[in-house]
Amino acid sequence: MSAFEVEQGKLRTPFWPKTRAFDRLSESHDWKGYASADAYLEGGLEYFAIRNSTGVFDLSPMTKYRISGPDSLAFLDRLVTRDMKKIRPGRVAYAVWCDDQGQVIDDGTIFHLRDGEYRVCSQERHLAWFTAAAIGFDVTIDEETTRVAALAVQGPTSFSVMQNLGLDGIENLKMFGLMHFDFHGEELMVSRTGFTGDLGYELWIAPGKAEALWDALFEAGKFLGIRPIGTYALEMARIEAGYLAPYLEFIPAEETVRTGRSRSPFELGLDWLVDFSKPVFNGRRALADEQRRGSTWRLVKLDIEGNKEAHHSYVYARKGGRMINIGFITSAMWSPVCKQNIALGSVKTPHGKPGDTLWVEIYYQREMHWSRVMAKATVVDGPFWDPPRRRATPPAPA
Amino acid sequence: MKTYDAIVVGAGHNGLANAAFLAKAGLDVVCIEKNDYIGGATVSRNLYKDWYYSNCSYVCSLLRPEIFRALELHKHGLQVTPYGGSCTFMENGDYYASYPDHEVTYREMARHSKHDADAYVRYSADVMRQCRFIRDFLLTTPPDPTSLKPKDLRNLAKIGGKFFEMGEDRMYETIRFWTMSVAEYLDEYFESDVIKASLSGSGIIGTALGIHSPGTAYVLLHHYMGDVDGNVGAWGYARGGMGAVADALCGAFQGYGGELRAGSGVDQIIVKNGKVRGVALENGDEISSRIVVSGMDVKRTFLKCMDRSDLDEEFYNRVRHFKIRGSSGKLNIALDGLPTFPALPENSPVMDGDLHFIDSMERMERAYDDWKEGTWSKDPYIDMTIPSFTDPTMAPPGKHFMSCFIQYCPPLVEGREWTDEERDQFGETCIEQIARFSPDFKDLILHVEVRTPKEIENEAGLTEGNIFHGELTMDQLLFNRPIPGYAQYRGPVAGLYMCGSSTHPGGGVMAAPAANAAREILSDLKRSNVVPENFGDD
Ligand SMILES: Cc1cc2nc3c(=O)[nH]c(=O)nc-3n(C[C@H](O)[C@H](O)[C@H](O)COP(=O)(O)OP(=O)(O)OC[C@H]3O[C@@H](n4cnc5c(N)ncnc54)[C@H](O)[C@@H]3O)c2cc1C
Repeated sequence: MSAFEVEQGKLRTPFWPKTRAFDRLSESHDWKGYASADAYLEGGLEYFAIRNSTGVFDLSPMTKYRISGPDSLAFLDRLVTRDMKKIRPGRVAYAVWCDDQGQVIDDGTIFHLRDGEYRVCSQERHLAWFTAAAIGFDVTIDEETTRVAALAVQGPTSFSVMQNLGLDGIENLKMFGLMHFDFHGEELMVSRTGFTGDLGYELWIAPGKAEALWDALFEAGKFLGIRPIGTYALEMARIEAGYLAPYLEFIPAEETVRTGRSRSPFELGLDWLVDFSKPVFNGRRALADEQRRGSTWRLVKLDIEGNKEAHHSYVYARKGGRMINIGFITSAMWSPVCKQNIALGSVKTPHGKPGDTLWVEIYYQREMHWSRVMAKATVVDGPFWDPPRRRATPPAPA
Repeated sequence: MKTYDAIVVGAGHNGLANAAFLAKAGLDVVCIEKNDYIGGATVSRNLYKDWYYSNCSYVCSLLRPEIFRALELHKHGLQVTPYGGSCTFMENGDYYASYPDHEVTYREMARHSKHDADAYVRYSADVMRQCRFIRDFLLTTPPDPTSLKPKDLRNLAKIGGKFFEMGEDRMYETIRFWTMSVAEYLDEYFESDVIKASLSGSGIIGTALGIHSPGTAYVLLHHYMGDVDGNVGAWGYARGGMGAVADALCGAFQGYGGELRAGSGVDQIIVKNGKVRGVALENGDEISSRIVVSGMDVKRTFLKCMDRSDLDEEFYNRVRHFKIRGSSGKLNIALDGLPTFPALPENSPVMDGDLHFIDSMERMERAYDDWKEGTWSKDPYIDMTIPSFTDPTMAPPGKHFMSCFIQYCPPLVEGREWTDEERDQFGETCIEQIARFSPDFKDLILHVEVRTPKEIENEAGLTEGNIFHGELTMDQLLFNRPIPGYAQYRGPVAGLYMCGSSTHPGGGVMAAPAANAAREILSDLKRSNVVPENFGDD
């Protein structure tokens, strides 16, 4: 390899030497250049690990930035739509940032690691945007994606796994809180966060200790049903939790080519993340305007009758005896834990208020032949799956 | 004295589901349970330290998802986790397993018989065709074939329509299937003895018939017709044991404002002038209502809890002759660790599923011979699971709960009551069979609960310990269940209804009888229906 050549093919995360031992399927997809497993043994069993015991997901490819310097809070507060002053050290915030038109560039989690020091995690890469936004602020933005390996450890026994790992004080960690521990002489950051809507933690460590952490974790979870999970399982849990996925529920505004294909926070049901009491934040003017005029789109969570999954479906509303097309489904599944036929979708306002009845046109194939149903759907508020254990502090052992 | 809109007798899962639907529809409902815990045969009990046993039923597949959804059981803590493995240990040291991955199962089957591995494709399709036929009618009241009411005619036409839709050959096949023995049925597809033995188990579970007895092919279907999340034939574990099903149903019931009264059973259903007026409890209390729904089996309802003079001769005799023979036992075992089965590779995924120890059709039939002679099988068919392998809530970390369902075990030993010694001998027989395939098993045993039909009858209240509240033979199915002319959940007395497993579509943790009964009651009361429709498989 010449000094100038970049690596060809897929990259492997620091946990790969460990995960490969579990991998019986060799099925993976690209995640920002990394090979990310779809499943290791069986997607369904992995999904149930999240809901019944503990599933471990390798999220190392997540894009990460370290934000520090005297103006770090001021910078972030201007960048994102929510009030970052409320996010104290040791807390984590879910946030979105918008372009000048108030369209969502991305969503992500912001970890307030220590006073004035933050980590921003997101799906997309944003160094160019952040650097531009930082002009005039005394702040350092450091891309640390490859310097931090991370695992999501999710499920009802995950708290017991953390305890077995010897993490003193973990019982007091609340949702959206983070703590630091020593692990073999390195700093291990543990946050009570995740993408599953269940009890769970995320573990962040230097890559050099990744394999040791994996071993310790699987030893700690030996009798607690721990198993590695791939994206297939995580995606199911994500939809049940009602979380958004980029490229499904929204397209990052910077990437859209066609007019009207981006979404504002209001159009994604994220009103609660937009804080107009802040005098300035990027996109504020446009969003204030939108709030006055009304939004074009609305994200809906649908409880659809029957059991035919509503993939790629159109959504309709009844208007004066006629069905009018008002939007489309963005994510759909049969929920094994809720025993509900659920979906997320994007529909035109004023349709889609919680409690509204809509109709979903579902095509499904059985033994070569296609059938179609117009299934009634109810717009629901809040996540489909939200068990009390997700919030309980201290969590119950299982 | 307060008068309820309805009294439901028995907090088994059917009683609770029925009560929940009635309460959801706005009725003022009380559910009476004789035990001081609920669930009947759908129960988790803490009998030893930190172990929870699924005392009777132990795996879940039949529970209708439509009902789960309509009553929002997930909000009341119910979670069902499917499992994918299964294994039959062989006398020669080998085993025959199946796995969640279709191709892996093919390879395993082919190891025993390449022919059978190929034949399995057609077998699965043929069984699935029968499943599709019956699944459509699970959430439907069976039509009365002698009635001219539009609803009955419509439903009869629907069954007929589905039947004719199959085409001539498959209509013949269906008629044969519903009446033939599981052994003959499997012979038409397979040659390997162990594969046949392994598949035939589902044809005799809970049934006082042998693999060569006519009618057992249907029983196989009864174990295949359920699903977990659309995977027809799959089974799973209720998190926290089967009691979680009853607890969630009770949570829903109470959430709709229903009232549970546990601890004293119904002594008698009170009838005046041919109409139900309420119930008298064993503790002397009387509760009044114009509707009483019995979740007990049909024999217990009419022979034990009603005045003989309130029932007509022919009806009474039909009830007396209802077939409800007990044939199953159960061992619940607390283990100090996971037993090893040297035949299996370490960490075999089949350990999450059902394990068996009978590898030939000959041994299957011999097990039945013992029952006919009035004793327990000396080489029994055991359906063994280790729920704690999957469910972390049933035993402390690293420890395990093992459930052994045993076929056959008679309600009486050679015609007399069981003695405690005999019960222990029965337990020993089962433990010895497992120990032959797992050398460390016996040393890991911390506690054993042995249940013969006698204990099952005394505790859960199932007559003769029959797990289905009555045998699943053609003469006791569909419009014949429990008794011809009474298949639409109405009893012989005005205001009296039946919602337990003695009614269509029969036993198992399904809640369908309860839902169908609730629909009929609401229709009699001219209330709007809250009972869900069948999803339809298409
Ligand atoms: C050992 C065993 C294993 C089984 N395994 C499975 C399995 O794995 N999967 C499966 O799907 N099915 C299984 N079954 C079958 C299934 O459990 C039953 O068919 C089902 O639970 C019956 O439910 P039910 O509500 O109709 O009646 P029950 O559960 O029998 O409920 C009747 C209720 O009425 C109460 N009662 C009785 N008399 C009175 C009275 N006089 N007053 C007040 N209350 C009274 C009883 O205490 C009980 O709570 C098994 C059954 C047994 C016994």
